[in-house]
Amino acid sequence: MKPELQKQTKQWVRAAGVAAIWAALISAPFWMPLFGGYTALGTRVLVLGLAAMSVNFLLGFTGVLSFGHAAWFGLGAYGAGFVLKWAVLSTPVAVIAGTLLGGIAGALLGALLVRRRGVYFAMVTIAFGQVFYYIAFQWSSVTGGDDGLRGFSRQPLDLGLFRIDILSSANNFYFFVLFCFALAVGAMGFILRSPFGRTMIAIRENERRSRFLSIPVERHIWIAFTLSCFFMGLAGALYALVNNFADPKGLHYSQSGDFVMMAVMGGMRSFWGPLLGATVFVVLQDYLSSVTVNWMSFVGLLFILVVLFFPRGLLGFLQRSKA
Amino acid sequence: MNVLEIDNVSKRFGNLVAVRDVSLSVAKGELCAIIGPNGAGKTTFFNLISGFFPPTSGTIAFDGNDITKLSTHERVSRGMARTFQITEIFPELTVFENVRIAAEVAGGYRLRPWINAKEQAQVHARVEETLKLVSLETKTNRLVGELAHGDQRAAEIAMALALKPHLLLLDEPTAGMGDQETFQITQLIRRLHRDSNYTIVLIEHDMRVVFHLADRICVLDQGKMLAQGTPQEIAANETVQAAYLGNAA
Repeated sequence: MKPELQKQTKQWVRAAGVAAIWAALISAPFWMPLFGGYTALGTRVLVLGLAAMSVNFLLGFTGVLSFGHAAWFGLGAYGAGFVLKWAVLSTPVAVIAGTLLGGIAGALLGALLVRRRGVYFAMVTIAFGQVFYYIAFQWSSVTGGDDGLRGFSRQPLDLGLFRIDILSSANNFYFFVLFCFALAVGAMGFILRSPFGRTMIAIRENERRSRFLSIPVERHIWIAFTLSCFFMGLAGALYALVNNFADPKGLHYSQSGDFVMMAVMGGMRSFWGPLLGATVFVVLQDYLSSVTVNWMSFVGLLFILVVLFFPRGLLGFLQRSKA
Repeated sequence: MNVLEIDNVSKRFGNLVAVRDVSLSVAKGELCAIIGPNGAGKTTFFNLISGFFPPTSGTIAFDGNDITKLSTHERVSRGMARTFQITEIFPELTVFENVRIAAEVAGGYRLRPWINAKEQAQVHARVEETLKLVSLETKTNRLVGELAHGDQRAAEIAMALALKPHLLLLDEPTAGMGDQETFQITQLIRRLHRDSNYTIVLIEHDMRVVFHLADRICVLDQGKMLAQGTPQEIAANETVQAAYLGNAA
């Protein structure tokens, strides 16, 4: 086959794959019950998938491993919770507040981080993440401490002419989350296809060459880190709405580890891989935790198998076997 | 005005003086080759020019401006491009994508979250023009990591050229190459110098390459500038012969 034709075929297959993903996501509330699923499970997949994709925005496309991204996720959750509990009974305001809290905190601390590389970067991100965890854990009067922040719930969306009930209708809430997910994922895809996105990939591929193309590497890593934190804050805010609850465990480094695991398991070099990883993780968790309390052992075993045998993750494996 | 004006630079690492009071001026359009035995301080000298680390003493001026304290990316954005002894490329991207990143950065788009059709067309034209210059136009869609060594070097040079540099620094451009590839790269550098009028400073071990290309040769030995001159002068210089060429022959 001619290379030009080959390239076109590849693009078509790609476009068809992306269309299939969106079609599956939009129709999920209708087909999931056929396989024993339920809508709230789909909502969790979207939210945790967005979080894993945010981690991967940094890990897979800039080559920087953050092991403390749960901090921005948790801050997003608390941000949304604080707004609903004490300030305004408005879901959009809560989502925006959570996103901003996670993103701005990430931007400030990110500036201190970007000179570190590799293991040192991962260690410092864990340390910062744990600071937020202990603050949430200890400061009970504000955060609810170990019990988490309770006593708030998501509010119906008021669109002037009509209201959408996202509190009692699981499907409506799913579509609201899908809308937010689509905005964030669309923004990620747009950025990655831009000149700035290509400098991220350049830094991942070869930091020295990037510097010698006059890219100020630290500044670009900081921007990528900050963007990733905003996406993470959004995922966290949505997570608070899913549970009507903000949990200090959402800030803990083990939660960060789960996100990294989803991203790596799904395929960290691919855009959609982490969503697949999150799907596998959430579905297995849901199914196995009703059978055994040691569900994590099985997820861990699967993770090890994937890393050993499919180094490009599940999606990387699927793509290769198709080609 | 000279493109590069290096005045008495030294670099110490603890007790070791890797580069000792070296001065060098490079005129516009000139091709200057730096030679010297292993451990003479050639690569350290290059690293000082391109800003890997600051000199212990001395100053470096580029296009008439003092750049001694500038970081690498600032020097590159002022028009100083460099290739490395061990090729520094983006192996998992195609030839086209490698050079496109350079062309977009040079176009000032590196922080842009979008690029419009007109700008994109300019970038693509620039990439194609550059790839033609280094004879890679038939390999644009190949992954750089899969190319032969000589083509990888050509791709690295293409990335440097896409930055529209005023000065090209080439660190052992023919290192590790067979005769055929050495010949190709030598011809490429010659074209860049003679036809496209680039100012070039290169480090090279292969004396055939050096004497074929250079307008001027600088000999470094034990961190010091032993001699400078035209290829004829250097070939006739007795100190150089004793210190370096004599040993090699």
